Amino acid sequence: MIPAPFTYRRAWSVEEAVELVAGDGEDAKFLAGGHSLLPLMKLRLAVPQLLVDIGRLAELSYIRDEGDQIAVGAATTHGELAASSVLAEQLPLLAHVAGQIGDPQVRHCGTIGGSLAHADPAADLPAVVLALDATLVARGPAGPREIAAADFFRGLLDTALEPGELLTEIRIAKPGAPGWAFQKFTKRAIDWAIVGVAVQGDQVALVNMDQTPVRAVAVEAALADGASAQQAAAHAAEGTSPAEDLTASRAYREHLARVLVRRALVDAHGRT
Amino acid sequence: MKVTVTVNGTEVAAELPDRTLLVHFLRDVAGLTAANVGCDTSSCGACTVLLDGRSVKSCTLLAAQADGRAVVTLEGLADGQGDLHPVQQAFREEHGLQCGFCTPGMVMAAVSLLTENPDPTEAEVRTALEGNLCRCTGYHNIVRAVLAAAGERRTR
Repeated sequence: MIPAPFTYRRAWSVEEAVELVAGDGEDAKFLAGGHSLLPLMKLRLAVPQLLVDIGRLAELSYIRDEGDQIAVGAATTHGELAASSVLAEQLPLLAHVAGQIGDPQVRHCGTIGGSLAHADPAADLPAVVLALDATLVARGPAGPREIAAADFFRGLLDTALEPGELLTEIRIAKPGAPGWAFQKFTKRAIDWAIVGVAVQGDQVALVNMDQTPVRAVAVEAALADGASAQQAAAHAAEGTSPAEDLTASRAYREHLARVLVRRALVDAHGRT
Repeated sequence: MKVTVTVNGTEVAAELPDRTLLVHFLRDVAGLTAANVGCDTSSCGACTVLLDGRSVKSCTLLAAQADGRAVVTLEGLADGQGDLHPVQQAFREEHGLQCGFCTPGMVMAAVSLLTENPDPTEAEVRTALEGNLCRCTGYHNIVRAVLAAAGERRTR
């Protein structure tokens, strides 16, 4: 399969990328690694008229220790996140999860910004930035603005980004609580998570338990009241609305969420 | 648009529709048919090539994304003097193939792995080949071949 016809333009700066997209509104898309977008275009589920390639912008590819926070450029690949010594020391949850996405070939191309902007509820990184209370920086024709991760994911494949806005940076405060864990359950190693869970301290976020990544609010409340991992995990599916699909029923996803949250909380506790 | 890619050390240029995929550029323009179109959904890895030295799935990249960059396909591994690349030689000696369809992708994934991790454990080899499917299920000998190639590199 090949995608429907479109015009390809390569941007050499963030400014140029935003300008190139500006005139085309909903019909234009930014292209980074393309590993979420191109498969959709092959299936005609996305039919952009203009692709603006930001995949080679060095100004969007970095991992910086800024003292109290880590700043990650949106076009940094999963492979670069996984191999980062800064992240290994300061934010091991992010490095670990990036190293579990897809397979090596996918990690050589896919980017953190692409994964977040695509906003697939089955993707791992959206839940991670939600658990970490990250701040996402977007640049549009009107200039830069910051969006809290909690406000970023609006619905299935839908985010707070306006047409023409480019996600440029992810800022994550260094975690106060050191314990972290990630669990996901897949059919095959390279598959999307049927259910996943990211934990940092007492902050818990779920993969694929709703139309967006969600915080496991009831689990966090139970932990705050002094519940054990076992007790808190029993609340994992409360307030969620997981999809029914060929992979799993709703009841199965709810069960998986309870099991995986318990395992993740035990893992995270073991790392404190 | 005009796309120019250095393929196996030689510049290949063509005027192509913007939507041309890298795997079609390699097969139809450069005439190099080792990279196979298997699943066409970035699952099976049969189309794996090296882009600037790192393994990628050429069915899920535009040729335009490789413009001005270097691609190595299976055809570019051997020295042209009759000697196979050590990974190819190891696949031959360890019988790391059955029908052969997945083999070009497996070999390129293995070459990329050994560049990043020259001395992998068996578990690391299996993890690194997660993105390459062998429908003959010949995985044991493929893993043996990659470990043998790593051993060969160590002793050379």
